[in-house]
Amino acid sequence: MTTTDASPAIVPNFDSEVGTGRKIAIICSKGNLDMAYPGLILANAALGEGAEVHLFFTFWGFDMINKKTMGDLKFTMLGNTATHMPQGLGGLPGMTAMATSKMKKSIADLDVPEVPEFLEQIVASGGHLWACRMSADMNHLTKEDLYDEVEDIISATDFIEKTEGAQLLFI
Amino acid sequence: MPVTTLNGQQIHVNEEGFLTDPSEWDEALGTALGAQIGITLTDEHWNAIRFLRKDFEQLGETPTLRRVSTVGGIPIKTLFVLFPQKPAKKMAYVAGLPKPVGCV
Repeated sequence: MTTTDASPAIVPNFDSEVGTGRKIAIICSKGNLDMAYPGLILANAALGEGAEVHLFFTFWGFDMINKKTMGDLKFTMLGNTATHMPQGLGGLPGMTAMATSKMKKSIADLDVPEVPEFLEQIVASGGHLWACRMSADMNHLTKEDLYDEVEDIISATDFIEKTEGAQLLFI
Repeated sequence: MPVTTLNGQQIHVNEEGFLTDPSEWDEALGTALGAQIGITLTDEHWNAIRFLRKDFEQLGETPTLRRVSTVGGIPIKTLFVLFPQKPAKKMAYVAGLPKPVGCV
């Protein structure tokens, strides 16, 4: 066709057999801003590699899909030695707000979207969002309270069933 | 770096087959690269490819999927239809650019 026999073109193996059928399940159990991103970034990356991705939001991870909180996750220095600041500082009034806005800015500077928009991107890329039944019941929340693209509120058993054979990530 | 011949022209590629010198690319080569991975380029494909080329020219970096959608104005869903499974990599390959390095 377009190649010559003398030096055949090197073609990337985009659809390698190893890659097809890869399935990744990510359990998001935290509602802090800094703990929301790892799952979202990895889900997005996996989708870009052609994997089937399922996210399960449970316990505090519910804050990522609760319409009331999803756009307002916070980051706190308290209990986080990795900020390398005196822990006492974290407890001062206004520190969490300050740390949050600083982190949001660093994230936005990298052109990484905020949580709601990120979820939108994940869904547009073919990702599946599931809410945990027990967390919904504990907080008296229904599907109406959750981000519209959440497919359903399901039990832990349902999720395990849906993600049979998947590589699993608990965050 | 291997040298290979495609569409009757010699091109420099890396071990995966991505062009290492974007200036060796033209649209005819883009069509040939698309054919290599089983994609027949339509106007919609070209919209995306031309955005990649223009953006790379301006910033020296292959745009991520998100950038093609937010700046290039092509919805992510559409990109997954046009370049199935691995849109960011496939677009970069057809556009004769390196794989995007951004995480998102």
